[in-house]
Amino acid sequence: MKNKFLIILLIFFLSFCFFVLYKSLNSSGIYVPEKKEARDLPEFVSTELFSNKKISSKEIFRGSNFYILNIWASWCAPCRAEHPQLIELSKNSSIKVIGLNYKDNPKNAKKFLNELGNPFSTTIVDTNGIISIEFGGYGIPETFLINKDKKIIKSFIGNLTRDSLKEISLIIK
Amino acid sequence: MKFLRFVIVLVLLLNYFSITYANKNDELTIKISKNLRCLICQGQSIYDSQSDFAISMKLLINKKIDEGLSEKEIYKILIEKYGEWIVYDTRFNKNTFILWGLPVLLFFLGGAIILKKLVFRKI
Repeated sequence: MKNKFLIILLIFFLSFCFFVLYKSLNSSGIYVPEKKEARDLPEFVSTELFSNKKISSKEIFRGSNFYILNIWASWCAPCRAEHPQLIELSKNSSIKVIGLNYKDNPKNAKKFLNELGNPFSTTIVDTNGIISIEFGGYGIPETFLINKDKKIIKSFIGNLTRDSLKEISLIIK
Repeated sequence: MKFLRFVIVLVLLLNYFSITYANKNDELTIKISKNLRCLICQGQSIYDSQSDFAISMKLLINKKIDEGLSEKEIYKILIEKYGEWIVYDTRFNKNTFILWGLPVLLFFLGGAIILKKLVFRKI
């Protein structure tokens, strides 16, 4: 009786270990934040890259149905790759594309935009990375889609692709 | 002369209080950052990590403390932004009930086995 109980316990324990290990085999082990959709837009004050003037989030996010906030830097190679997608997005009249220049040298940032074209209606500077964290960003490039109610409705981690553009156009339809 | 003494004492007192206040804020920043997981160097805390993300996070924590937010409020904000995974000290909910419940269950199971053995030995 005692042995039977021990065998059942052992089988249960081994099955539990097998289940845990089997589940972890299929997961990558790298955590990607589970972003809560429809988060409130953070309020902040930043500096505009070209004019060097202080600008608040209330001034930036007004007058459009949708906003795209893209976190980028001149030293980031994937940002260069996603730039054509941002240029394409800037042609859409219902979207205002805003750039958040992350921990960058202003001279290099301006050079980057002069070279590849400027898709941003406003480019704000995030010298210490705090604004990026307020948005829930954790790396660059990262893009956030914001609606007219000032809610972050979608975020794209990594560079924007053709598929991301399709997804955005479906949401803003 | 009396005025000069007064000014010196005032400056010293102000200096003392500002240092004490800064130290308290730093201590709380360290405490919070030790309980947060770095999302870039996964496996390191925000306190230990030197990634851009961790450096910015420490600045943000400091800013929030300066704004008067409590430790719990800061955790709440960060969980909303990055999910439960960012804190080492996870809260009890439907996803973590096994994590919290299993040690208690094992404790009672172990206790029951020991108790049973003791009772049988007495008989």
